[in-house]
Amino acid sequence: MIVAAARLLRDNDVVFVGIGQPNLACNLARRTHAPHMNMIYEAGVIGAQPSHLPLSIGDPCLVSGAASICSMYEIFAYYLQNGKIDVGFLGGAQIDRFGNINATVIGPYDKPKVRLPGSGGAAEIAAWANRIYCLTPHQARRFPEKCDFITSAGFLSGRKEREAKGLRGGGPQAVVTDLGMLEPDDNGELILTTLHPGATVEQAIKNTGWKLKVADDLKTTESPTDEELRLLRVELDPTGIYLK
Amino acid sequence: MSKVMSLSEAIERFVHDGDVVYAAGFTHLIPFAAGHEIIRQHKKDLILARATPDLIYDQMVAAGCAKKIIFSYSGNPGVGSLRIIRQEMEAGRLAYEEYSHFAMITRVAAGAMGLPFLPMRSTGSEDLAKANPQYQKVHCPYTGDELVTVPALNPDVAIIHAQRADANGNTQIWGIVGEQKEVAFASKKVIVTTEEIVDETVIRSDPNRTLIPDFIVSAVCHVPHCAHPSYTQGYYDRDNKFYLEWDKISESREAVEAWLNEWVYGVKDHDEYWAKLGAETHERLKVSPAMSEPVNYGRY
Repeated sequence: MIVAAARLLRDNDVVFVGIGQPNLACNLARRTHAPHMNMIYEAGVIGAQPSHLPLSIGDPCLVSGAASICSMYEIFAYYLQNGKIDVGFLGGAQIDRFGNINATVIGPYDKPKVRLPGSGGAAEIAAWANRIYCLTPHQARRFPEKCDFITSAGFLSGRKEREAKGLRGGGPQAVVTDLGMLEPDDNGELILTTLHPGATVEQAIKNTGWKLKVADDLKTTESPTDEELRLLRVELDPTGIYLK
Repeated sequence: MSKVMSLSEAIERFVHDGDVVYAAGFTHLIPFAAGHEIIRQHKKDLILARATPDLIYDQMVAAGCAKKIIFSYSGNPGVGSLRIIRQEMEAGRLAYEEYSHFAMITRVAAGAMGLPFLPMRSTGSEDLAKANPQYQKVHCPYTGDELVTVPALNPDVAIIHAQRADANGNTQIWGIVGEQKEVAFASKKVIVTTEEIVDETVIRSDPNRTLIPDFIVSAVCHVPHCAHPSYTQGYYDRDNKFYLEWDKISESREAVEAWLNEWVYGVKDHDEYWAKLGAETHERLKVSPAMSEPVNYGRY
């Protein structure tokens, strides 16, 4: 899953790096095929080159050796709102059929069943980064037909609605899971386009909360290389904080 | 005029029950020592504003200091949720006002600029605006675009931790600068805690690094290691181990009580807290130096 996500990143991408597993995927990409990727953290760090994987997105190892530091207001206003970011990486408790993300609350807002941490920068990243990638385990409860609460806009009710809102970014491009990858079709609906080796279409359908469509040209993810696995397990996450 | 005083005096003089308090710092320079002193002084009914409440507000909420929080990401970064705040919110015992990061910081920026509000572009996700009536809309008089607005936030008191300040309050920060400058300018009173109090000539040797000028500062408190378990760039590392430990401690209210009794009520001040952490922790959080190249301001 992490390797598949890392491979979506291109050299020279300016990437707004999120907390947790996206952090791992970005750092893997920078050490493999995308050495010129510019990693930006919402704490206001630009061009980070961390010596080790940070636990939080405001760790001191992101600062030493970075290209620039700015305030939080600037990172959101000058960089994100002004369209300087190519890629945003997001996770969330729920991702729905049209790629909308909930990181705020399960159940009603005023009477939460489960209160989650909330948006952080996710609302702005989803709206204004050019390409959005999501990383999440493939479970039916995480893939409802409709989110309880939309923290971050995907395609809302379909591509037309996102376009009508005039949001700068292109919206979700791919959702990478432990089974494979979903990508939006012409209407913005997430459909199964890739399976990881060993995963089946039935598994993916069973673990998706809406009637999951399958692409005509379903692809298979290339297995991780030895080097990718070594970087992940030995260098980036030796104590297994993110790789469980 | 020197504004140097003890942290306990500063909290006593400038933090009052019911105040809107903004203890600044995005992951970096979170003024934990001030939060603990507020707990020790049994301040109550505070409205605690912070983009990321972090452990400092989880602890202050647990100690009964707060009636409301204003925030944009209520998690334990990289670990999970802030369990105490989450429980209090779910139980309906803690009022809250929620934003996205940009909206939260825009409130503070408006406050710092003396404006009643600032506009932002729409993010298309409108559920938060439905839940929080502080979000409003205006039309741009030039383009006609619909923009989202949030009102200025002007806290009663800001608490800012820094690497160094002079006795008058000229304050220099490097590393992640978060929202400290905006918070200081937005607030009615500013308490600065600092790792080092330096001579004014040190400040004047590098004026670009001064984020906060002395004349908006009310108090300067010398509090080494103030930010632990968060960090001060170049001085000590983030105590990630404690961030993971708090996730366990905060699973039970008894454990939280015991922790507060031992580490907040049970110590006189932050120096005693730091000493109590012990040599192993001090060693673990040590950082080796990485100096910047000096810049030449020139003599004119």
